[in-house]
Amino acid sequence: MQKFLLAVLVDNKPGVLTHVAGLISRRAFNIESISAGYTEEPSVTRINIVVSVESENELDQVVNQLGKLIDVIKIVNLSKAPSIERELVMIKVKASKETRADLVSVVDIFRAKIVDVTSENVIIELTGNQRKIDAICEVLSDYEIVEIARTGAIALSRGPIPVKKM
Amino acid sequence: MKMNGAQALLESLKSEGVDLVFGYPGGVVLKLYDEIYKMKFPNILTGHEQGAVHAADGYARATGKIGVVIATSGPGAANLITGIATANMDSVPLVCITGQVASHAIGKDSFQEVDVCGITAPITKHNYLVKDVAELPRVVKEAFYIARTGRPAPVCIDIAANVFNTEIDYEYPAEINLRGYTDKNIGDENSIDAVIQAVENSARPMIFIGGGVVISETANVLREILNKLDCPCTTTLMGLGCIEPERNGYLGFAGMHGSYGANMAIQNCDLLICIGMRFSDRVTGRVADFAPNAKIVHFEIDAAEVNKNVQVDYKVLGDLKWSLPIFRDKLNASKINFAEKFDAWKNQAVEVGNEHPFSYKTNGDVIKPGALITKISDLCDENTIAVTDVGQHQMWAAQFFKAKAPRQFLTSGGLGTMGFGLPAAMGAKLACPNKKVVLFTGDGSIMMNIQELATIADHDIDVKIVIVHNFILGMVGQWQRLFYSHHYSASELNLKRDFIKIAEAMGVRGYRLTKAEELETKLPEILNSSGAAVIDVYVPQDENVIPMVPGGKRLDQMVLS
Repeated sequence: MQKFLLAVLVDNKPGVLTHVAGLISRRAFNIESISAGYTEEPSVTRINIVVSVESENELDQVVNQLGKLIDVIKIVNLSKAPSIERELVMIKVKASKETRADLVSVVDIFRAKIVDVTSENVIIELTGNQRKIDAICEVLSDYEIVEIARTGAIALSRGPIPVKKM
Repeated sequence: MKMNGAQALLESLKSEGVDLVFGYPGGVVLKLYDEIYKMKFPNILTGHEQGAVHAADGYARATGKIGVVIATSGPGAANLITGIATANMDSVPLVCITGQVASHAIGKDSFQEVDVCGITAPITKHNYLVKDVAELPRVVKEAFYIARTGRPAPVCIDIAANVFNTEIDYEYPAEINLRGYTDKNIGDENSIDAVIQAVENSARPMIFIGGGVVISETANVLREILNKLDCPCTTTLMGLGCIEPERNGYLGFAGMHGSYGANMAIQNCDLLICIGMRFSDRVTGRVADFAPNAKIVHFEIDAAEVNKNVQVDYKVLGDLKWSLPIFRDKLNASKINFAEKFDAWKNQAVEVGNEHPFSYKTNGDVIKPGALITKISDLCDENTIAVTDVGQHQMWAAQFFKAKAPRQFLTSGGLGTMGFGLPAAMGAKLACPNKKVVLFTGDGSIMMNIQELATIADHDIDVKIVIVHNFILGMVGQWQRLFYSHHYSASELNLKRDFIKIAEAMGVRGYRLTKAEELETKLPEILNSSGAAVIDVYVPQDENVIPMVPGGKRLDQMVLS
């Protein structure tokens, strides 16, 4: 399976995310993550989708089917363009007096941040590409992870040209 | 001009050239129906919302115009679903207008509330929920534009009840502004050059026509292409009528119950030129072994159809209205004498087909479905529209009714919706009052929307309803006979139902034919009489539709008897 990150520009209207998510599920496409947010244009929402496909042909199917949605303005496969990909994760880990120092050094190594501390646990925040996030989750699994929240990947193309002009 | 939302909707429909709607009133559309009453807007009241949507579908298939249906919220809207899905699968343009509970009541599980946009998203090209009357004219304009252009399909407009009552300064927009959609479906001309080269290099080409040729109104161009190439040709179920039945080289339609000749030629050709079709599992048989010796060409408007089910070697993306004339002109400019080059291959394909043509065995006095439909086909001219329901009778109609032109054979191909036929025939007749409309249905299918007999009687809609009556859900029975040890589980229909009495009770004449000779002595007179009639024709229970490509088999592995 290969993963691709698609930047999907859509009309900022009610129901658009339903159309996109519904299409992906009824065509039985595999998605790793989906996230949506406002953009520099108030009338445009950007949906970031990481799809996992068997072949280029299946990827074409995803793009072509999404392209048929009336609300979809533009789709760009950022995995095929020079781009920066980031994801944010917050991880709540049990932290006793004995383990806290170890956790702090893990956080330092990954250049993550501790954003909340209580007597029983810490919340660690990290931004990075998916591999880095997977790696910290892996290392922290030696400790007791209480819960994880990930945003899913987002990406921007490098250079001056925005997705809407690609 | 100041008016309320209901008036604005009807004015918008008028601006779109709508001369007839099919609809059923109810709580939240009372205001709309009041304006329909005052404006005398033509509305056909059906017996059921499903009847209304299939009727709008039949209207659209018969003409290419957009069918319009109106239903109330909740159950009214939910009853449209099967019809919307039917139209969506066969790329039929509809605009479905549903009432919704008032804006403030949405999301509260209000009386007769259902999430229309949620339910219809997978089966429409687009849908709208209108809560503000100011949006209504723009939404209607967009809905018609989207339904009609590109690959046509249904569009739903769900309108909150308060919108109908609210005043608006009405003006129908002149322009459409959709950032994510265009009706320009012009492709790359180089892609056609590549196809020309493939045709020139081919020894055994074949042309395969789908419903896209009907929709794009390009059958005439296609026939010119066939004149030039003069190679074997076939259609899908949805493409019936695009090729003249008498054309030398036409092998009949292809697929699960298609002709032996067409299926064999698909497997043997070295270039399969597929035009406006989507490689349904009903035409490919086992998909991995579809046309194994051929390079495949795909002329298609919808990019998502290319390489979806079958990997193609050449694609020509774009509207057939654009691509086919260029293809024709480039073929005409070629130095190769195609007709001469392909003559031997064409004759061979035709000869193979002649080994097992569509046929039936006569059996004394018994009426064979094939004989019935052949007789009706002989009695009908080009001015006839044949409509079918779904099942064995549908396949027999496809095999034995000779559709001579596009829009002459209306059938639920993709979804296979039993109950489609009667209302669709009604819609077709209303759309084309000067044409004869004949419905082929079964004793199973007719029961699924039989309430529309009353509509046909009420509005004097002249449809001849031929019930191919075999006392079984025939296609289910056929599969049970062939693959489930003759276990007729839940498929046998009893002898007690009397379609003549049902017809007469609804206000339609009823006739029964039980002997083969009555096809000569009674049928012509009934068919040529004026006014709707139910013709209940008893046929044997155990007749199979053949040829048949069993599920999971290759096209050349047909069951032939």
